[in-house]
Amino acid sequence: STAAKMAAQSSEIDETMKKLTSHPGFMGFLIIDKDGIPIRSSLDHAEAVQYAGLLSLLAMKSRAAVRELDPQNDVTFLRLRSKKHEILVAPDKEYILMVIQSPQIKA
Amino acid sequence: EEEEEAQKEVAREADIVHSNAMSKSLKIMERMVNQNTWDEIAQDYRYWDDQSDSFKEGEGTLLPLWKFWTEKVRRKHVTALCWSPEYHDLFAVGYGSYDFMKQGAGVICCFSLKNPSHPEYSFTTETGVMCVDFHPQHSSLLAVGCYDGTVMIFDIRNKLNKPIFQSTVKTGKHTDPVWQVCWQDEDLAKNLNFFSISSDGRVTLWTMSKNELQFTDVMELKLTGIANSGAEEAGEETSLVGLAGGACFDFHASSEHLFIVGTEEGKIHKCSKAYNSQYLDTYNGHYMSVYAVKWNGFHPRVFLSASADWTVKLWDHQQKQPLMSFDLGNAVGDVCWSPYSSSVFAAVTNDGKVHVFDLMENKHEPMCDQKVVRKSKLTHVSFNPRQPLLLVGDDRGGVLCLKLSPNLRKTEETRAKEKLAQAAAAGGGDLRKPAPRKRGAEGEGQAASEEKVKTPMELEIEKLDKLLTLSEKVNR
Repeated sequence: STAAKMAAQSSEIDETMKKLTSHPGFMGFLIIDKDGIPIRSSLDHAEAVQYAGLLSLLAMKSRAAVRELDPQNDVTFLRLRSKKHEILVAPDKEYILMVIQSPQIKA
Repeated sequence: EEEEEAQKEVAREADIVHSNAMSKSLKIMERMVNQNTWDEIAQDYRYWDDQSDSFKEGEGTLLPLWKFWTEKVRRKHVTALCWSPEYHDLFAVGYGSYDFMKQGAGVICCFSLKNPSHPEYSFTTETGVMCVDFHPQHSSLLAVGCYDGTVMIFDIRNKLNKPIFQSTVKTGKHTDPVWQVCWQDEDLAKNLNFFSISSDGRVTLWTMSKNELQFTDVMELKLTGIANSGAEEAGEETSLVGLAGGACFDFHASSEHLFIVGTEEGKIHKCSKAYNSQYLDTYNGHYMSVYAVKWNGFHPRVFLSASADWTVKLWDHQQKQPLMSFDLGNAVGDVCWSPYSSSVFAAVTNDGKVHVFDLMENKHEPMCDQKVVRKSKLTHVSFNPRQPLLLVGDDRGGVLCLKLSPNLRKTEETRAKEKLAQAAAAGGGDLRKPAPRKRGAEGEGQAASEEKVKTPMELEIEKLDKLLTLSEKVNR
């Protein structure tokens, strides 16, 4: 029953999203499609569009760099650590998933 | 027209968000986020070792790493801990209640060390879970025993919250809590099977065939000793007086048919799968319920027992009297041998302390007796098979992971190397000269080039032999 499996999978995905959003230090997430349009996000629209534009460029550049060094290789994951927070990017053919996390303050 | 487009857009978006690829990305993302959060602890787990151990002989410490807990298990007791045989960062925890007045539903959670915030898999059962065991080869199969006597098999990969097999009243369910379950190797017909023990006095073999769980009572624990004296007609007397309550068991690693059983009466019985009406031997040492019996991982004759009478006793199965007895000052919940040394074991007690002994260093005092939880009792302990980690469960639903300091992790191999290093440093030495043989097995390292090199396993067994002067005792 593929329908049941898909239902189970989508509920699993929703659960994982919920876990991520309730994780300490979580600041926001964004999913954009291959055209760079934000599909889902926890940021407000202006911010989402800004992140989408800037980070999809970065993801493309990093993929180009890796592939030029070795055409058989490809980017799997991107982590950008800055003074204020860390941006985690999971690029894919169909979409790009991004999560912003702030450094852990001792609870 | 536009509406259709918009609808298609929405459908397409939903698809992307719920696709397989997204699921994978999210999983990796979750792990990364957790790695960031717990970064300090992850670094400690990997790299930190207590340097002061080199100055403190005969003492070690436990470093608390992660605590695993979820809201679902808030008021439950940890009743079972089991590391996965295949994935060394995965372990299963069973939750239930040891208080017969307050029973509730049971929970099983499988946690990974890489994600302390949330279990990787979790299942619930109707009554409290009392024991869990991973299959040694099929590492997704988990055997579970419950408070109401049911045994079940879960496949943890299943998304549904249901076991793949479950015993019922008609199929031989126990009539009392199942205290321990243990998988065996596949039988000749390639069927998977496991044993269970319960306080209804039965030791039962369950075979997982194609569509059902079949049971065979391998043993009924007859009461022996004063309560039953004068009962020559064993058959009749058992039905009047009842059976002994089984509380724990352990199967011998090499002599497949041999196993030991600990009972609620305090007696330990040596049994064989081939003789189901008689005990091979009985060991009287404890006078309260025996909570755990464990064969030594190296030496074939030695086993440990832990009891509510505050003691842990060390036995040679060929002798009626214990070789050693350790009083831990409070009821002992569980005891576990280390996988790397034949003389190291850990025990946990009701006052929240973990006691680690290394018989090679000190035969009477623990190397470490450290209080790791406040205001709770520790119920179970388990060594990780590969890493220097200890897991302890308490009666508040929490599982704590501790790192063992170097002094607690000494194996014969490291001792031999240390001696070599010391001799080299001290002597400016002539290493070609064999070491004085007075140290027996430990001189092995230096003479190795001249003789056959012993395996770590052999070294460990010899060490325990010498330590407990076992080879000198006459076999009966």
